[in-house]
Amino acid sequence: MSTASTWTITSVREALLAKKTSARELAKDFYTRIEGRNPELNAFLALCPERAYAQADLVDAKIAKGQPLGPLAGVPVAIKDVISTEGVKTTCGSKILENYTPPYDATAVERLEKAGAVILGKTNCDEFAMGSSNENSAYGPVRNPVALDRVAGGSSGGSAAAVAAALSVVALGTDTGGSIRQPGAYCGLPAMMPTYGRVSRYGLIAFASSLDRIGPFATNIADATTVMSVIAGHDSNDSTSAAVAVPDYLAEIEKSVAGLRIGVPEDYFGAGLDPEVKAKVQAGIALLEKLGCKRVPLKMPHTDYAIATYYIVATAEASSNLARYDGVRYGLRVQGNTLMEMYRKTRERGFGPEVKRRIMLGTYALSSGYYDAYYLRAQKVRALIARDFADAFEKVDAIITPTAPTPAFKLGEKTADPLEMYLADIYTVTGSLAGVPGISVPCGKTAAGLPIGMQIFGSHFDEGRILQLSHAFERAGGFSI
Amino acid sequence: MKISREDVLRVAQLAHLDLAPEEVETYRGQLDEILSYVGKLQGLDVSNVEPMALMRPLADGPHQAPRTGAGSDGASAAPGAEPELRDDVVAPCNVADAVLAQAPDAATPFFRVPKVIER
Repeated sequence: MSTASTWTITSVREALLAKKTSARELAKDFYTRIEGRNPELNAFLALCPERAYAQADLVDAKIAKGQPLGPLAGVPVAIKDVISTEGVKTTCGSKILENYTPPYDATAVERLEKAGAVILGKTNCDEFAMGSSNENSAYGPVRNPVALDRVAGGSSGGSAAAVAAALSVVALGTDTGGSIRQPGAYCGLPAMMPTYGRVSRYGLIAFASSLDRIGPFATNIADATTVMSVIAGHDSNDSTSAAVAVPDYLAEIEKSVAGLRIGVPEDYFGAGLDPEVKAKVQAGIALLEKLGCKRVPLKMPHTDYAIATYYIVATAEASSNLARYDGVRYGLRVQGNTLMEMYRKTRERGFGPEVKRRIMLGTYALSSGYYDAYYLRAQKVRALIARDFADAFEKVDAIITPTAPTPAFKLGEKTADPLEMYLADIYTVTGSLAGVPGISVPCGKTAAGLPIGMQIFGSHFDEGRILQLSHAFERAGGFSI
Repeated sequence: MKISREDVLRVAQLAHLDLAPEEVETYRGQLDEILSYVGKLQGLDVSNVEPMALMRPLADGPHQAPRTGAGSDGASAAPGAEPELRDDVVAPCNVADAVLAQAPDAATPFFRVPKVIER
């Protein structure tokens, strides 16, 4: 058995083909690591060893027979607990789904397994993916493996921590306003939000349907690229899934970045940005220039309105999506004398404070007399934010910003003030509202050793381009700049 | 103050949430702070902007965000923007048992709930 602490998709494949390990042995090794580290990190909520070993045995049988292997053959993966897994408990980090076991797999999960991936288990997250620190999980917060007194970010904190602590080779998260990119930045990992419609949402338990996206966490760009190439593509089970051809991402990332125009919007470098984060991201941009990219100063004037817009649009959609949790068909039921009493008691007991807060905010924004002033206005400002991006992509090939205004904050630091927590998403929600793809890549550390993330936005369906820039950045040493 | 105690109670009722008495004031203060922040949207002139209603992907090419006064279909206004529809053929969907197995109280083939119709 190998003792290499950090496996990659490539090293797993090589070790399997050279018969230095088997998929079963590798899965066992990862479960041993999880057993050792998870009590401290709280990254996993559920493990599925039966399913993992069955899949590993299939991969090992293929290797024994010399049959062709899928691109993720034998690779241990972790899945955020808002993504449905047949026969494996899926709680969304909520008490209301504490005993829910989906009767089907999400399309992304199905595609990973078809490619040979071994699903280890389900990762912790903020309840229904609502949060920026993972402290809203009904099952306790995740600790950042880089600094245990700090948050791993959210909402996909468990997936980020699992990969950062080498408890999984790669993981799937979901991003609604920054929930992949921000924990990626806080834990020092490449983490990607694909274009809206690029990866099927079938089986992703909905928070905000016009914003939710599934994407990968990895330790390197080649791995993130391989996962993207497996999960991207049209799915007839998701009517918002795009019928847009998926390019060969692994070929795309090898292309030279010389001559690419990178936009740097001044609106993302103003007040509130931590000086250490600012300095590193500027050094990152300078490195890309050294690689031949052309820096273009940009103005994206509606950036400052993004948080306000996001917290109306997302909560409005959430209030509608979460109406389904009423104790009738699945999940928790608290008995009542009338149907209405049963609904109300079930929801009062089952939802945590942040989820209730967002349901109420969204209900308010959609309610009679307030709809025009809040929801309709937010949808109009959303159009202006999307136009900022469209205008920018007429001049540039990619946009570079910090991922988050600060490095990972301390556990408990922001829990008393919801609005302050929302502002942690200030640089990520813009791309969420516009529907464009974005990635956070590691960009050095603070003097105290906390990871910093640099964000790269691309235009719609241009994932190949931002992966290509990320790959060049990684190879030039940008991750540890 | 943007939001009163009565507003919180009204919204909780609309959302089918029972709030404990001490929660009402907590949420009132927090929602008030958030809505005050959101008030910054009132400062923008959006009189000629169509709301972005749909995140509709395009069949090809980068998609254009709506321009001022563009069509009402939100995220895209270019040709080829229609979502791809599957053929209208019957597909098996025999999942009733699996679905009912998750129900808190099932009486196959029904979900059982407190009586809603008085005789």
